[in-house]
Amino acid sequence: MSVASIGEQPRARIGDPVLTFDNVSMTFPDGTEAFRDVSFELRAGEFITIVGPSGCGKSTILRVASGLEKPSSGMAARGTDNIGYVFQDPTLLPWRRVRANVELFAELHGHGATERRGLAEEALRLVGLEGFDRHYPRQLSGGMRMRVSLARSLTLRPRAFLFDEPFAALDEITRQRLNEEVIRLFQSESFGGLFITHSVFEAAFLSTRVLVMSKRPGTLVAEFPVPFTYPRTEELRFDPAFAELSREISGALKEAYR
Amino acid sequence: MNARKLLPPVAVLVLFGGLWYAVSYLLLDPARRFLLPPPQEVWQVGFADAFNRTELLQGLLYTARVAVTGLAVAVVAGVLVAVLMSQAAWVERSLYPYAVLLQTIPILAIVPVLGFWFGFDFRSRVIVCTVFALFPIITNTLFGLKSAGREMHDLFTLHDASRTVRFRKLQLPAAVPAIFTGFRISGGLAVIGAIVGDFFFRQGDPGLGVLLDVYRQQLRSPELFAALLLASALGILVFWIFGWFGRALTRHWYQPADDRS
Ligand SMILES: Nc1ncnc2c1ncn2[C@@H]1O[C@H](COP(=O)(O)OP(=O)(O)OP(=O)(O)O)[C@@H](O)[C@H]1O
Ligand SMILES: [Mg+2]
Repeated sequence: MSVASIGEQPRARIGDPVLTFDNVSMTFPDGTEAFRDVSFELRAGEFITIVGPSGCGKSTILRVASGLEKPSSGMAARGTDNIGYVFQDPTLLPWRRVRANVELFAELHGHGATERRGLAEEALRLVGLEGFDRHYPRQLSGGMRMRVSLARSLTLRPRAFLFDEPFAALDEITRQRLNEEVIRLFQSESFGGLFITHSVFEAAFLSTRVLVMSKRPGTLVAEFPVPFTYPRTEELRFDPAFAELSREISGALKEAYR
Repeated sequence: MNARKLLPPVAVLVLFGGLWYAVSYLLLDPARRFLLPPPQEVWQVGFADAFNRTELLQGLLYTARVAVTGLAVAVVAGVLVAVLMSQAAWVERSLYPYAVLLQTIPILAIVPVLGFWFGFDFRSRVIVCTVFALFPIITNTLFGLKSAGREMHDLFTLHDASRTVRFRKLQLPAAVPAIFTGFRISGGLAVIGAIVGDFFFRQGDPGLGVLLDVYRQQLRSPELFAALLLASALGILVFWIFGWFGRALTRHWYQPADDRS
């Protein structure tokens, strides 16, 4: 598939399941129960966002989903091995230039130098960072570093894409820009997205579905389908229907804090 | 280095020289001036005099040779031990107490024993240097190899990186600044070790430590201070060389909070 076709597809098509949680619970060896009986299915072309109180186990869900952590009970099945995972911190290797950072995953998977270079250049273009490939991470702003982190995951064209509050540390404008970027990528790549955020607006803006979790041990307490069509633009934020949906999610979230 | 950076140490040097003169000429009466001969006397006797100069520079060369050899052994052994420790917790648990022991045993007490075991010449001196220099290299290297955060490791885990790939692409590069910190500290210690070795071992080529001891016994204080100056200069040089290399390797990405370069 060519990446030159961004925005040409009118909407992402729903495809095969890339991630299935079936009554998954997670208790850490020290006895901390992070979440309990979580079930959901994520298909390619779907974008699920989870909101919930701090410490309710959202990050742990992603760790289990990626296979970094084994659940203590239940089944977390992956429909693909090709998983992208973006942390809250950009986690770039500071001694590598931007391009070498973006090449890292392809490198770990044994792609040759020319191929890696091509993949990295394409990914950097996708996130709007052409011309920065010779910079070191410390020469970039927080938003640019996050883009590099996104680009690094994009090189492998993940089928499931996990995001753990990737834009939490950014200013409002940069965040909105990157949200639109994520939507563009979602449309062109039709991966299955699983996104964690504390921002109700971000959740409603990005997703096809928003899940609300309760306090720890987290359980899924509410689900909101998001009906708006893609591509979504900033205008959507001022749409009354969007405001109404955000209000409802907000209400459920407040409830979850009880 | 620009003038602004150079000024403070130069100012301290001037102050130090002034203090030196003051003590020599104002505090000490001529009869006791040998306790701290003034700088120009140290220069005239120690360095302007051809015979003494040759003797001192020869000593410096021998000391440098011992220190550099001992340091090289410590670098190889220390890094190797730290790498092994970083790869398996049980290795670290088994070896670390003994690494600490290196640091805590009264080292001056075992130096003579080393002489019994390994002779009283070059080899023993090198071993003393190595013993002095080993611990900071092990601890700093180990600290550096463990400095990559959990999320960095997660990235490599997610992409099924092998142990060697993880080591080469993550742990080792992350450790470079700390490794050079260890080298730098140990560089100074190796010079001290070489001089301490000289105090105990009298066979083989006489280094600065031997000269220091001879001058002390013969009350040749200008030569004594000249030897002291050379020994310090050697320590500073080794320290500076490693600092320079460390910075050259990491200057693009590593900016210590208290950058004193
Ligand atoms: N390795 C671990 N061992 C023990 N407890 C852990 C571990 N990792 C996380 N926890 C605990 O599990 C709970 C859930 O953590 P998690 O990081 O998933 O929360 P979160 O929902 O992502 O929170 P936040 O919104 O603040 O990021 C917390 O109470 C946390 O302290
Ligand atoms: Mg979290």
